[in-house]
Amino acid sequence: MWLHDGRVVHSEVTDTGFDPQSIVRGFVSREQHDAVVATGYGRHVARELLGCQVVTEIKAYARGAAHLFPGAAAVLDIGGQDTKVIALGPGGSVADFEMNDKCAAGTGKFLEVMASALGFTLDELADAALLADSGIQVSSMCTVFAESEVTGLVHRGVDRGRIARGLHESVVKRTHGSLKRTGAGMPLVFAGGVANNRAMIELLSTTLQSALLIPDNAQTVGALGAALSHAD
Amino acid sequence: MSDAPVDYRPMWTELGLDLEAHDALLGAVGPMYANAYMAQEGRPEGTGYFDFVMSEIHGLRIKELDDFRKAGNKVVGTFCLYVPEEIVRAHGAQCVGLCAGAEFAYDEVERILPRNTCSLIKSFMGFKLGKVCPYMEESDLVIGEATCDGKKKAYELLGELHNVHVMELPQMKRERDKEFWRAEVRDLISKLEELTGNTMTEETLRSAIKEVNDKRRALQRVWKTRKADPVPISGKDALLATQIAFYDDVPRFTQMVNNLADEVEQRVADGVGVAPKGAKRVLVTGAPMSIPNWKIHDIVETSGGVIVSEEMCTGSRYYDKLVDEDGATMDELIDGIADKYLDINCACFTPNEGRMEDILAMAKDWNVDGILHYSLQFCGPYQIEATQVERVAKDAGIPILKIDTDYSMEDVGQLSTRVEAFLEML
Ligand code: SF4
Ligand code: SF4
Repeated sequence: MWLHDGRVVHSEVTDTGFDPQSIVRGFVSREQHDAVVATGYGRHVARELLGCQVVTEIKAYARGAAHLFPGAAAVLDIGGQDTKVIALGPGGSVADFEMNDKCAAGTGKFLEVMASALGFTLDELADAALLADSGIQVSSMCTVFAESEVTGLVHRGVDRGRIARGLHESVVKRTHGSLKRTGAGMPLVFAGGVANNRAMIELLSTTLQSALLIPDNAQTVGALGAALSHAD
Repeated sequence: MSDAPVDYRPMWTELGLDLEAHDALLGAVGPMYANAYMAQEGRPEGTGYFDFVMSEIHGLRIKELDDFRKAGNKVVGTFCLYVPEEIVRAHGAQCVGLCAGAEFAYDEVERILPRNTCSLIKSFMGFKLGKVCPYMEESDLVIGEATCDGKKKAYELLGELHNVHVMELPQMKRERDKEFWRAEVRDLISKLEELTGNTMTEETLRSAIKEVNDKRRALQRVWKTRKADPVPISGKDALLATQIAFYDDVPRFTQMVNNLADEVEQRVADGVGVAPKGAKRVLVTGAPMSIPNWKIHDIVETSGGVIVSEEMCTGSRYYDKLVDEDGATMDELIDGIADKYLDINCACFTPNEGRMEDILAMAKDWNVDGILHYSLQFCGPYQIEATQVERVAKDAGIPILKIDTDYSMEDVGQLSTRVEAFLEML
């Protein structure tokens, strides 16, 4: 993402693939710039390559979300591999945060694995969950155990929609716990890949009794925040 | 480490080590040390001694212990801070710490211990079963202690493979617990008399108390210089000093640490540091970190923070208090030892308010920006007590990060992100 005077002039999403070095090099050479800030899992690789400043995704998300939604009190980011909850302080600073542990429980990956166990695409999984009037409880949060639990339910002839709803409910419940522990207030910015999931949005806002602030481009909130943090 | 000038293999074979497995262990620790330690910039020169000790960790020091035993003396291995080193030394024996800080032979360990056992216990069991720890094999007696349930039960299994004596520890610190513990220390005396054939005298005891206190005083000197900003020595090097304190020759180690203290005190006077002035200052509190467990220190210090104090058994709990040297009689001296040891604030005790007080006082005196609570997965005492630590930290307005981890390296990427974000937040 390229910023000029705090305004986005260009933004692009690319997969770093198997050769992150040359992808990064090509990417930054695309437009003129005075400074680069890297964030995300590969930030240190980028720093070695470009000698640039780095910020963690926590700070970047906080900064980006607060910029897009000046009244926001907290950020929830559910990505493919991890979940972050950030309670915001003044000016988009981080007051407290929490990240999930090593495993994929409660992340986008969890929903992906469950969708395929039910023979759904991710969109179908969310739609089915919304159509079902009640969820069936799935007790395992561990992706591996939950998958066999789901398979067991399917074999017993339980309605797939109710299972789908139950799965979303369990992610919401876990997320809610993490929001409470962090002392995250409302309104909440919901970002990351899973923020495109309609069932998650609906169930989460019902649980929180608050509308969620969803960025138009949930995938670049971190990049925006990183670029903004250069001025700090 | 592999190109040691002297061939120690015959000695290792004689000790019953599995040479191939042992090579694999040393082959892993060497690069770990190089990455974590040699890459640091601006280390005090006095840390050169630690580099030397580390390079001879299974060589020269073992040879010394070997010679010591061949001259008819005894070596005693310990796992926990509660075993009084003074008493061991007063019997003419030497103490070595056996706590292990690396994953080894887990496949064999998991045949006898559940997978969800803390890394520390699994590790010492792995070192024993994998036949890779020369310190264990040089120990004529291993002294365990009834602290957490995991260790208690593991000592029963270890007792099938090694000569083990377990000290019972009270779980509270009331008057009657104190009496109980004083008696337990006296039982240890009989045990050691039997082992060594020596009877301790007031003189040997006094000199042992003095020697071990001197070791603590030297470590305290280094610890106190870490109050300065910029900090004159890295947390990593300070941690290493404490780790080595558990098995090195006592008078020599004390001398070397005093030399280091002279140097770092001078650094403070000159305003010289290992990190820039204003680097975020972190206090680490929690379970012990044994060699080669440098994971958390390495993450914090490569992320731009500095660790200025460790409230743990490989830290202040080891050296912050001294044994009373003025007892008039043998009995008073022994009671003085028992009382000082019972005053260690370990999470196996209930309640453990002393630890909260220590943490808060340290946070203030060492000018700490944030606290990092470190616990091992499956360790009930520290994982649960983290809640109280978090509460007192928050009440005092000090940010805290709680980390639950193990000896594996698989979560390093994720932990780095959390630690960096924590440092950014301070
Ligand atoms: S944490 Fe407790 S049980 Fe463990 S070594 Fe320290 S005093 Fe002993
Ligand atoms: S870390 Fe916890 S579980 Fe492990 S030995 Fe120490 S007190 Fe016991």
